[in-house]
Amino acid sequence: MRTPILATAALLALSLSACSLGGGGGQQASSGPGRVTLLTHDSFALSDGVLADFTRQTGIAVDLRTGGDAGALTNQLVLTKDAPVADVAYGVDNSFASRALEAGVFAPYTSPAASGGADQHAVPGSDALTAVDVSDVCVNIDTRYFAARGLPEPVTLDDLAKPEYAGLTEVENPATSSPGLAFLLATVAEYGPDGWQDYWTKLRGNGVAVADGWTQAYTVDFSGSSGGGPRPIVVSYASSPPAESVDGAAPPTKALLDTCFRQVEYAGVLTGAKNPTGAKALVDFLLSAEVQADVPGQMYVYPVQTGTPLPADWASYAPVPTAPLSVDPQQIADNRDAWTQTWRTIVQG
Amino acid sequence: MLSRRLPLLLGAVPMVFLAVFFAWPVAAILRRGLLDDAGGWDPVGALRVLGRADVLHLAAFTLGQAAASTVLTLAVGMPVAWLLARVDLPGRTLLRVLVTVPFVLPTVVVGVAFRVLLVDGGPLGWLHLDGTVWAILLAHAFFNTAVVARTVGGLWSHLDPRAEQAARSLGASPLRAFTSVTLPALAPAVASAASVVFLFCATSFGVVLVLGGSRYRTLETEVYTRTVDYLDLRTAAALSLLQLVVVLAALAVGARARRRRETALSLRPTASTARRPRGRTWFGVVGALVVVVGLLGVPPLVLVLRSFSVVGWSLDAYRGLGVSRNGATGLDALSTSLRTATDATVISVVMGLLAAVALARAHGRLGSLADGALMLPLGVSAVTVGFGFLITLGSLPGDLRTSPLLVPIAQALVATPLVVRTLLPALRSVDERLRQAAAVLGASPLRVWREVDLPLVARAVAAATGFAYVVSLGEFGATTFLARPDRPTLPVLVGTLISRPGAENTATALAAATVLVVATAAVVAVVESVRVGELGEF
Repeated sequence: MRTPILATAALLALSLSACSLGGGGGQQASSGPGRVTLLTHDSFALSDGVLADFTRQTGIAVDLRTGGDAGALTNQLVLTKDAPVADVAYGVDNSFASRALEAGVFAPYTSPAASGGADQHAVPGSDALTAVDVSDVCVNIDTRYFAARGLPEPVTLDDLAKPEYAGLTEVENPATSSPGLAFLLATVAEYGPDGWQDYWTKLRGNGVAVADGWTQAYTVDFSGSSGGGPRPIVVSYASSPPAESVDGAAPPTKALLDTCFRQVEYAGVLTGAKNPTGAKALVDFLLSAEVQADVPGQMYVYPVQTGTPLPADWASYAPVPTAPLSVDPQQIADNRDAWTQTWRTIVQG
Repeated sequence: MLSRRLPLLLGAVPMVFLAVFFAWPVAAILRRGLLDDAGGWDPVGALRVLGRADVLHLAAFTLGQAAASTVLTLAVGMPVAWLLARVDLPGRTLLRVLVTVPFVLPTVVVGVAFRVLLVDGGPLGWLHLDGTVWAILLAHAFFNTAVVARTVGGLWSHLDPRAEQAARSLGASPLRAFTSVTLPALAPAVASAASVVFLFCATSFGVVLVLGGSRYRTLETEVYTRTVDYLDLRTAAALSLLQLVVVLAALAVGARARRRRETALSLRPTASTARRPRGRTWFGVVGALVVVVGLLGVPPLVLVLRSFSVVGWSLDAYRGLGVSRNGATGLDALSTSLRTATDATVISVVMGLLAAVALARAHGRLGSLADGALMLPLGVSAVTVGFGFLITLGSLPGDLRTSPLLVPIAQALVATPLVVRTLLPALRSVDERLRQAAAVLGASPLRVWREVDLPLVARAVAAATGFAYVVSLGEFGATTFLARPDRPTLPVLVGTLISRPGAENTATALAAATVLVVATAAVVAVVESVRVGELGEF
């Protein structure tokens, strides 16, 4: 009579104890005075020992959590605003900043270190987000392709719609890809809210191809990467070429610096953080020389603090675009849905 | 008396598990979507979305591609199931491994493998399949053949071949003997497998986007983009509800088909049913092998080969796995994966076994309802469950949102229904008279189960365990929201590396995927070699 219940209980106990097999997964995170929890995006990476240095300097240990990509991370913050899982969030970018700020996810904090360059990238009219890094989404080309055919390399957005480059360009879908959205915004900035549609109509007529995201576009379709695909023009980042360099030789790809859209990634102290003091210290630390010098090699982004040295090959092959295009974060938030729908109708309709 | 209440008692445990970790989070996130801006209850306003012109098209495409994918998967999977169950080939374990491998590969890498083959100028570029619906269907068949091979093969290997042999000796052609004797006996397992495959394809996200070049949209891709890109919970809730209705309807059809056909079968231990191929059987064997190796073997092979060719042939990619990122190397990721999958397997096998035993004994409407409820986690978007976790689990004691248990629990949600579907056909086909005989001879219900049911379904339990492990090992959707950056699972590491530029990163990502394949192969080989209490003649 009672055997099944006992058996069930035993099995359940067993199943729960199995979770401690080999330690299960580390200590429970609870932000105390000596712990701070950092919620970040899924591309987050720092060299080993960097966060340990923060702990050495401040006595505060860091627990890492992830929230998916920048969009999913922002939503996680908005949904858990009343009971946040972390003290600091890093990885909300300028496409999503407005949503997070409107929801009151971040508490006001201006890092004293921000005057070293970060403040130039601040969200207009907000004192809750601190810029940590910038990256530029630019058109990349396979220089070997054009050299082999004696074709002049394309330089501007206009060039991509010219007949001599028909069938050569690959972009990502702005509805499913962050660089895809950035490139759409680049065309909005370049041609204006009423002119970008014509440009895309021309691109479509010129045989532009669409991938769902960066990985497929760059590693499968682009001829300049290891995949050796069919298309020599792709939307990627200003920082991509150094990664294509083999044994220190000049890479076979280059970024077109007149086609770039600037993305800024922010960090901020969360409203309702259990350890606001530790959170502020961690935001300051993200602007420290150590972290700033580390981000290019680990995350393929540019530091915001002026005077931070770049890796040697970046200076030659990944110069920072001097005049990147940009769109106001509020305008992005207001129109993003409509723009991506219109884009779909023009390009995939 | 007890045997009446037993299903309820056993079934209560998985039901509570599902209620806490599935129904509650999903209901909470849907509820948010059904409120208006002022926080008032306004389901009608949300459901107005369903009147949009494109919603009908979304639903139609979702159903159409899922149905077509299911048909294609069955066409590929049935011959494989036959090979695994009835043909005693040397190296059968290798075949089982090959069939299971696709299950653990992250979509993004499979997308790369398929597209490298299909892209313009690629080896199969002349077919012009890149970015078409066909590419989506092929990838779905690639991923889901294992479901058919396992579910159907599991029952088939226990099926007494003598009935078919009798039909043959009475003059039936091989085809006639198969369609009139074997196929009806297999029908419950086929229907079971078909409903799981249908669910997987109806809710597949990555495959549709990656292989369709993001041109095609399903309810699932739309729920995902509305949720993640726009935090438009209203539209997402309306579409999720529509998706649920569609999925439930499809399940109900599947359940009816199963119910009508599940009968007691004469089950045999596996060893006596597989035969060495002779004569014309070889044509079938070779044909089936070509399909298996072609569709299931080539894409992983592409990945493995590319992992060795960073710039020219080298092992650099594998050395790259030793490099530590965020304090975790590729080996750390492997051990995290294995540990998490172990936990998830224990949870899902316990839950699935309890549920399957309860369902096998349950009769009538309640049984069908419970059966359907167990399948629901496969019909709801991972992003819906993941965000639901965030807004509900914080209010449980101990804030599970930050617990290392969260990832195995999320993985178990996906694995449990598969365990149930693998076990149920075998359990239901156990002849009740055997149980009655044992009970008459004085065995307690537990003893009856141990002496009668367990040995007969041992293969299915082993298969379900291996299956649950592999599914947990490969789970990617929920894990990406929940895994910690300094403790990535192997699929998460693959996803991170493949989204970085440069040949080294790509090759290291593919090396990590190769390690995942090898780990899976080892797991499957171990499960295959475990023979739990095989019976002799009975």
